[in-house]
Amino acid sequence: MYLRIIAFFYFLTSAFYLSGREIIVCPSCAFTTLQGALDDADNGDIISVQKGIYYEFGIVISKSVTIRGVDGSIIDGGDQGEIITVVANNVTIEGLTIQNVGTSYVEDRAGIRVRKSRDFKIINNHLFNTFFGIYLEHSRDGEVSGNIVVGNAKEEMSSGNAIHAWYCKNILISANTVSRHRDGIYFEFVDNSLVKENVSRQNLRYGLHFMFSNNDDYFNNRFSNNGAGVAVMFSKKINMWENTFEYNWGKSSYGLLLKEIYDAEILNNVFQENTMGIFVESSTRINYKHNDFKQNGWAIKISGGCLDNNISENNFISNTFDLSVKHNSNDNLFDGNYWSAYTGYDLDKNGIGDIPYRPVKLFNYIVDKTPESMILMRSLFVDLINFSEKVSPIFTPKNVMDNRPVMTKYRKKTL
Amino acid sequence: MIRILKYSFFDLMRSRWTLVYCAFYALLTLALFTLNADISKVIITLMNVILTLVPLIALIFGVIFYYNSREFIELLLSQPIRRSEIFIGQYLGVALSLSLSLLIGVGVPFLFYGIFMSEEIFNYLTLLLVGVILSMIFAGIGFLIALKFQNKIKGFGLAIFIWLFLAVIYDGILLLLLAIFSDYPLEKLAISVSMFNPIDLSRILILLKLDVSALMGYTGAVFQKFLGSTMGMTIAIGVLFIWVLIPLLSIRQLSLKKDF
Amino acid sequence: MISVKKLYKTFGKNQVLKGLDMDFKQSHITAVLGPNSSGKTTLMKSLLGMVIPDSGQILVDDVDIKNNCDYRNKIGYLPQIARFPENLKVIELLDMIRELRQSDASCDTLLDYFELRPFINERLGYLSGGTRQKVNIVQALMFDCPYLLLDEPTVGLDPLSLIRLKDLILKERGKKKTILITSHIMSFVEEMADEVIFILDGKIYFSGHPQKIKKEYGSYTLERAIAKVLSGMPKLGHTNGHSRKDEILVPMIKAEHD
Repeated sequence: MYLRIIAFFYFLTSAFYLSGREIIVCPSCAFTTLQGALDDADNGDIISVQKGIYYEFGIVISKSVTIRGVDGSIIDGGDQGEIITVVANNVTIEGLTIQNVGTSYVEDRAGIRVRKSRDFKIINNHLFNTFFGIYLEHSRDGEVSGNIVVGNAKEEMSSGNAIHAWYCKNILISANTVSRHRDGIYFEFVDNSLVKENVSRQNLRYGLHFMFSNNDDYFNNRFSNNGAGVAVMFSKKINMWENTFEYNWGKSSYGLLLKEIYDAEILNNVFQENTMGIFVESSTRINYKHNDFKQNGWAIKISGGCLDNNISENNFISNTFDLSVKHNSNDNLFDGNYWSAYTGYDLDKNGIGDIPYRPVKLFNYIVDKTPESMILMRSLFVDLINFSEKVSPIFTPKNVMDNRPVMTKYRKKTL
Repeated sequence: MIRILKYSFFDLMRSRWTLVYCAFYALLTLALFTLNADISKVIITLMNVILTLVPLIALIFGVIFYYNSREFIELLLSQPIRRSEIFIGQYLGVALSLSLSLLIGVGVPFLFYGIFMSEEIFNYLTLLLVGVILSMIFAGIGFLIALKFQNKIKGFGLAIFIWLFLAVIYDGILLLLLAIFSDYPLEKLAISVSMFNPIDLSRILILLKLDVSALMGYTGAVFQKFLGSTMGMTIAIGVLFIWVLIPLLSIRQLSLKKDF
Repeated sequence: MISVKKLYKTFGKNQVLKGLDMDFKQSHITAVLGPNSSGKTTLMKSLLGMVIPDSGQILVDDVDIKNNCDYRNKIGYLPQIARFPENLKVIELLDMIRELRQSDASCDTLLDYFELRPFINERLGYLSGGTRQKVNIVQALMFDCPYLLLDEPTVGLDPLSLIRLKDLILKERGKKKTILITSHIMSFVEEMADEVIFILDGKIYFSGHPQKIKKEYGSYTLERAIAKVLSGMPKLGHTNGHSRKDEILVPMIKAEHD
């Protein structure tokens, strides 16, 4: 009997939650502002924002409501300040266009901020010219999906991140397109979260940035033309699968930057035409497997302090340099990769080259010392000195080699 | 000029050596495709071959062709045509037949392996362009050498030395300079020195296509400006065309004053 | 008429022509003789504009040939060494020269005359030396040029072809042409030439009709007379007139070296 009563009440409340009132906001309605509608709303209400431009900022959502926009529902902050701040649980913001937050040097203004909340959904919104696009802090169990966030970043100092998460847990970031910010997606102290199927491009610094974040995954994302594709720093157990890192060009441009990280899996990714495919520094127990490195300046550059990096069964195709290593960082394994620059033979026809491949060439060493000599790349003279170095290594590390270079490249399994 | 060009071109296109040259490229390209069906890898290997062999062969061809047709040139000189017409016509005959052999030799296997369906088409076209330009330049230099030196041994010796110098020694010296003065900003030097060597220039043109990702890793503003934009491409092609004109004009100049 | 006036030419330190003066007359076959490196080839080449003289003038029909190429329309030239582009066919070569001269002269008669018909579609590289020389003759004579320069025309010809060539040259003379020949075959010169010009050391050493030279040196053949000239023997008129035997002249062999 008690159970029945409890079930009944539960039914009532949940029904109340699911089918709350619908409040309509439009320029000629009773509510002409989102803030006005919010003031009147109760938990569980749906606020429909009709087509129109609403000049509002500093909107605070402190009730568990759903806000829905249609094509052309524009909230314009007029460069005055943060536009929406969510401080309640169970908030959904969907289909709005949010624009013009205005740059600030003293506060991190955002288009949508979620503060200390859980079970939020931010779906299919368009954010233009918002300093920070979507800013999550101390929040958990939320979703940010299908948003398009376009910034106007000119320099790192005066720009924010498109999706910024700080002290969060269990977040899903999926299918967003983020561009022209400082970082496309930024994670700091964010654990157990998933980033998938996003496109991050033309951001000044990184397409995706992990700081002090553990146990996160990102896959099926595309990072193009960023300062660097993805930077993973001071983090543990990050899985990186099936992403594409491309066209990250410049002096300190990488497809993927790894710094002080442990136990990561880098599988089935494509690194194409980056100045550096992967730059690794002080990172330990990283598995690189089944990745394609195509036409990068350097496919992988391993700096000091790297231990137990296991690079196996990858394709290295037409990179200018396949590998660059610091002298003292030999403790990494290369095994069973395909190297398009391999000139060995396979007499026993087992698919594995009979002589080892040395991915570090003398010319790498020369270019590191004298960058201008880059202009001599692919010249006959450089081929000659590379060859003589190959015959009797003096400058290049002797034990950096792939003992089982495969003769044919691995077929791509995905994409 | 067209009249002379036409007949020397006919003559050369039927020559055994032109056929051998053409067949060499065709076989090489086919062999590369058989060993490795990856078009981009084939292009890179071919690039190395073209940058090295085309200048050498064009030089030797230019020299041999002139020496072989010395008597014929005398006959031509006795005809009522201007000297410049004779020599430029003859030179263009060599240059064009070499270029055509290269284009056919490298081109047909690529057509067969579907270059037009490949995203490598622009790299491939750059490669062909560079091959043709190098053929023109070095056939011209060869022709010029033969025109200048009656003595065949001197002529061949000089041709081979010029090739060795431009293909290998020049880059060695440049690398040495860069290494010795590495404390100074040398990017302008590196670029301008490269301009004086058509092989380097062609190589840079290909680098701009194949290795732009690595080139962008260099900080220097001049490099960035030169290599990063279409400017580098334009300048490199422009200077290469000047390089085509240099032997051409020298041939004209020299032929006007020379006694036969 | 071709006039050569005070022609000087130096190659390096070697002064080859030292003020040549001569006229070549119409309806005359003039043979230019001289030991090797005497300057006769240089003279021929100067006439064709292949060698540019240091000073002096060459007038063809009273027009200076300097910086001029059209006058060569009037000259048929038979080069000494008949080497043509190996991979051209005979007919293509003849077509080419026709095209270069922008002429539609026919070579059919000459081809038949030298029995070259079967070869016209052969490549020049495959022809024998004699056949090539016949092609050479055809290309030189096919245009009805008022001036003919024939450099060693007899090289490689069989006796029959040689006779045909001689007849042809005489016929051309009959057409009031000015003909220049160089040859080392003295019997040929003796038979053909109306005038011999002997060049030594860049100057005309002497000139005259072959018969006159033979007479002056008291030799049976022109060859012997020339040999005597080269070995520095005086003319008969200067000694006491007895006919002397021709001698074998060893120093001449030396003079024949280049």
